[in-house]
Amino acid sequence: MSWRVITLGLVLAATWLLWSGIYKPLLLVLGLTSCVLVILLARRTGFFDQDVYSLRLGPSLPGYWLWLLKEIVKSNLQVAGVVLKPTLNIQPEVVNVDASDLPLVSRATLANAITLTPGTLTMDVDSGVLEVHCLTSATAADLQKGEMLARARSLERT
Amino acid sequence: MTAGLALDIGSWVLMLAGSFFVFVGGVGALRMPDFYTRMHAASLTDTLGTILILSGVILQAGLTLAAIKLAAIMVFLLLTCPTAAYALANAARLSGLSPRPEQTPGKD
Repeated sequence: MSWRVITLGLVLAATWLLWSGIYKPLLLVLGLTSCVLVILLARRTGFFDQDVYSLRLGPSLPGYWLWLLKEIVKSNLQVAGVVLKPTLNIQPEVVNVDASDLPLVSRATLANAITLTPGTLTMDVDSGVLEVHCLTSATAADLQKGEMLARARSLERT
Repeated sequence: MTAGLALDIGSWVLMLAGSFFVFVGGVGALRMPDFYTRMHAASLTDTLGTILILSGVILQAGLTLAAIKLAAIMVFLLLTCPTAAYALANAARLSGLSPRPEQTPGKD
């Protein structure tokens, strides 16, 4: 057992105990079971093999989330407008975003941020070039401006 | 009393707005022509619908441990929803579903 397994186990156990606040045998056994299950699943996904601890994302993360929240609100209104219009005005297309120079954590952050804003949906990240499905030409144009990519890149530098 | 009323009104507004986005997401999922475009509509429910409704509930909970738990639920949902959406879209992509439908209403 490496120190990573032990750290994760301790964090999970502390989280369970603090948040449940009920210390009956049944719940403690359930907690232990879920901690072990999470560790086994994490091992299966290769969580302990790579340097995926993303603490270095720390300081710039709140600002990034705030910006992302703004983008989410904006694109939600955009897509809600498209949905509610009597004539369905959509131009689906696929846009490629080259993220092959980003580290894995930033790449995953970027892919999830793109999916999280309605109107753009990441379909494939395996090659390092994100395949993104866009609902309208407006959302595709927004994505191609590259601010999403630039923000994800600046996250990793700090 | 008035502060309580203001909190109540604020949380009602947030929850109603959230319900609106959940509803529009449902309407969109029915109206869109194919799988991928339906997923775009459904993500309204996952994002602003979730954020607004949970924010409204947090206002109701006030400064309690429950509010912190609710905020954590919101963060976890926002982290896991795009992952689930990616798994769905990637599965569709790998099984060969074309992202470009032949007849797309609205384009040329």
